[in-house]
Amino acid sequence: MISLAGRDIAHSWSKFVLTGIGLGLLIGVTLTMAGVYRGMVDDARALLSNSGADLWVVQKDTQGPYAEASTIKDDVYRSVRGLSGVGQAANVSYLTMQVSSGNTDRRTMVVGFEPGQPGEPGYLIAGRRLLRGHFEAIADIKTGLALGERVRVRRHEYVVVGLTRRMVSSGGDPMLFIPLKDAQEAQFLKDNDAIVNDRARTAANPALNRPGVPGLIDSINASQTSNRNVNAVLVKLTDGYPPDQVAQEIRRWKHLQAYTRAEMEEILVAKLIATSAKQIGMFLVILTIVSAAIVAFIIYTMTLGKIREIAVLKLIGTRNRSIAWMILQQALGLGLIGFIVGKISATLWAPAFPKYVLLEPSDALQGFIIVMVVCALASTLAIRAALKVDPATAIGG
Amino acid sequence: MDQGIHITGLSKRYGEGETAVDALKDVNMSIAPGEVVGLVGPSGSGKTTLLKCLGAVIEPTRGHMTLGGEVIYDSDHDGWKTRDLRALRRDRIGFIFQAPYLIPFLDVTDNVALLPMLAGRANGTSRARALELLQALDVAHRARALPSELSGGEQQRVSIARALANQPPVILADEPTAPLDSERALAVMRILNRMASQYQTAIIVVTHDEKIIPTFKRIYHIRDGRTEEEAGEGRDIS
Repeated sequence: MISLAGRDIAHSWSKFVLTGIGLGLLIGVTLTMAGVYRGMVDDARALLSNSGADLWVVQKDTQGPYAEASTIKDDVYRSVRGLSGVGQAANVSYLTMQVSSGNTDRRTMVVGFEPGQPGEPGYLIAGRRLLRGHFEAIADIKTGLALGERVRVRRHEYVVVGLTRRMVSSGGDPMLFIPLKDAQEAQFLKDNDAIVNDRARTAANPALNRPGVPGLIDSINASQTSNRNVNAVLVKLTDGYPPDQVAQEIRRWKHLQAYTRAEMEEILVAKLIATSAKQIGMFLVILTIVSAAIVAFIIYTMTLGKIREIAVLKLIGTRNRSIAWMILQQALGLGLIGFIVGKISATLWAPAFPKYVLLEPSDALQGFIIVMVVCALASTLAIRAALKVDPATAIGG
Repeated sequence: MDQGIHITGLSKRYGEGETAVDALKDVNMSIAPGEVVGLVGPSGSGKTTLLKCLGAVIEPTRGHMTLGGEVIYDSDHDGWKTRDLRALRRDRIGFIFQAPYLIPFLDVTDNVALLPMLAGRANGTSRARALELLQALDVAHRARALPSELSGGEQQRVSIARALANQPPVILADEPTAPLDSERALAVMRILNRMASQYQTAIIVVTHDEKIIPTFKRIYHIRDGRTEEEAGEGRDIS
């Protein structure tokens, strides 16, 4: 038997291909939106994996350091190290800020870490690790910084000595790793004018500037300008210790909050990205409806353009199901063309996105099934119109 | 007369009560195999309604129809004798329309071969049958062409081939020469006569085309839903 749909598509292929390309671009956007969500989840997981930590110790009653502000003293790590099961514990600080390089401002998450400790970038794709205690930096490649480039963070300039990748914040900002001391200063130290202003205020306070107590005012000023805070302590456990047990110990005895990897993933994926996921979900729903409307409209219009031929086909004995199958095949054909174009488009333009877009094969498969189902549903309108055609209309007036 | 098509007392009423319209009133017709008859009448006389009843597209209100020796409709005994009117039309009735109405995305061969294929015949057999008919109608050289690439006359010949594809006992031709000039109209009539004779098919040509009316040996005039038979000129056009 002749494939009526195949012949019709071959006959008016340009119409099908152009429509398929239009639909495909829409499907490409849909796949990309799904990829953006997958990328956010994957970024979050990569952030946790690359930090090399098993536990995150943060300020009590906070969900820091990625989801909420957390401040703890920088000597907390010492007492954490003393707990059984703790292999390594190190301070880290996180601060999202604008850094400048030349005339360009970049939004980054500045990470302060101690070399050789948890919090250090897991691997480098170029350059070396930090060897000096100050003014060297490792940048995620998404910052756009190159090796040897100078970048200004607050008052100081840092030389980029290493490059890493897949190290971005939950908001998608690429990370810039600098020594912890420098990061603490950048995060907590006030600018010169503020320090001068604070010193003048302190000096003007008779309670703090007592005559006959030498060194008091200097001590107070020194305490105001130095910083002993960090955002979190990252803990690496010795092999075989259950993270939940150590986390429980820290919560109970240290009056701090401790999160295991699974709990931190829950915070990042289920809580932090939840709103974005809903936003993307809404886009996906709208795009699916728009795609369905387009397919339905096109197939319906094409069917209406063939009403006389359909009447003749019915008159000469073509079964209703053959006509319905012809229309359904055309809708599915359109969906197939659209999906292929969409998949190729999404693959081509994904690397150009500022945030990581992860196109999962399972999403593509799911997308393909949804496209086919949507096209099949969209064709029902046209099929209904075709089945209503009276074969008598082929005869006379 | 067993073969051909025979109609007795065929009536068709549209609507009910005061608004009812009798489109056909006790129509009687009898066309033998190989015969070409004209069905002539003014607009609104009931030609199209009669054609639709004969084509098993609408159900008559009353009457009796025999096709190829078999009763296909008897209002006194449950109406249509088959529930599958689609198969009846496909296998036993050929249609030729005012415009060819060929399927635009099928080539000439497949436009003709589609009917045997719909009837369940193998693709090869169906295409061989199509080529045989196309040769008989002198359009075999356009076998691979699409309808849009054919002239009006060629399209009409292909539509005649399609009507003959399943060797039906009757062909209903609905003003097949209306869009054609005299020469082409007569050419179509020549073909219809030749095909009727060659394939022993009864052909009913609905027309009000003055150019071809003199070619019929027998004409049914239809007026206000009633038919009257009269002898035609039967002009030789061979």
